[in-house]
Amino acid sequence: MSWFTRKPSAAESAKERLQLVLIHDRTDLTPAELEALKDDLIKAISRHIDIDPSAVQIGLERAGREQRLVADIPLKGVARRRAG
Amino acid sequence: MTAQVITVTSGKGGVGKTTAVANLANALAMDGKRVVCIDGDIGLRNLDVVMGLENRIVYDIVDVIEGRCKLRQAMIRDKHYPELYLIPAAQTRDKNAVSPSDMVRICADLRPDADFVIIDSPAGIERGFRNSIAAADRVLVVTNPEVSAVRDADRVVGILEAEEKGTPSLIINRLNPVLVKNNDMLSAEDVLDLLGIQLIGIVPEDESVIIGSNRGAPVVADAKSRAGQAFRNISKRLQGQDVPFMDLDVQNGLWGAIQRFTGRK
Repeated sequence: MSWFTRKPSAAESAKERLQLVLIHDRTDLTPAELEALKDDLIKAISRHIDIDPSAVQIGLERAGREQRLVADIPLKGVARRRAG
Repeated sequence: MTAQVITVTSGKGGVGKTTAVANLANALAMDGKRVVCIDGDIGLRNLDVVMGLENRIVYDIVDVIEGRCKLRQAMIRDKHYPELYLIPAAQTRDKNAVSPSDMVRICADLRPDADFVIIDSPAGIERGFRNSIAAADRVLVVTNPEVSAVRDADRVVGILEAEEKGTPSLIINRLNPVLVKNNDMLSAEDVLDLLGIQLIGIVPEDESVIIGSNRGAPVVADAKSRAGQAFRNISKRLQGQDVPFMDLDVQNGLWGAIQRFTGRK
């Protein structure tokens, strides 16, 4: 990595790009499909509990040859309710 | 004794499958093993030239399948090792001249009289690849530390798992230790982490491989070649021996610079 530009090295860039490509190749899920899945998930959860749709993070993670769908869904207003 | 059938494949073309087959077959033969190589790339045969046996071809695998000759007649004996044979691919036919069951039958006929049958798969994931893996007891996936080669290797690993061929072992070919040290190339650890399969060997980039292919004499016979050493190590691992991985770290300082300059490391 260069001291001034902080550009990732060719090896880092190759690894990061491959991590993304392999996840999509293995799951056969395009970024657009993942986005649609996220929308459906938000709708389903919102019927039961108050969440902030803009704060929802969803992604695919891998460990070895295993893929995992990971969602981070912050709940809305919990802190306020407790304070009141 | 019955032979182990090993298929060498890669997904992407040009990563060094044929070179790996020729070198591993020669290394096994050097250890006194009875080896039969099969060129699975019908229509684009090359294992014959890499092994230096192109002038001896009379019959090929399609002649065997279509009954024009006996299996023995299509087995070309190597120039140096009397127990190393090549069954060449047909050059003027296409992949559909061979079926997976033909490969299973040919390998079954070879098993009693050999220790290893090594099949050189064509690139791709179509018919030729399916034929090549049909009889495999074990699959080796060859890749280069490069984005497109790793991606294609991952596809092949996925297909092999879906076909219940088991998890293949990985050969990382043409690793350039200087580029890795400078973070300009994926390291062996990066590739292993991405693919998540077991490693069987790392072959450093080495000019002697090209020279060997040009001569039709695989580099395993060259005691000084680093790539040759790497292939000899893989052949020992195929025989079940526990051989430590070569130290591919680049030497620092003046001596390292001299080695790099003169191309010895």
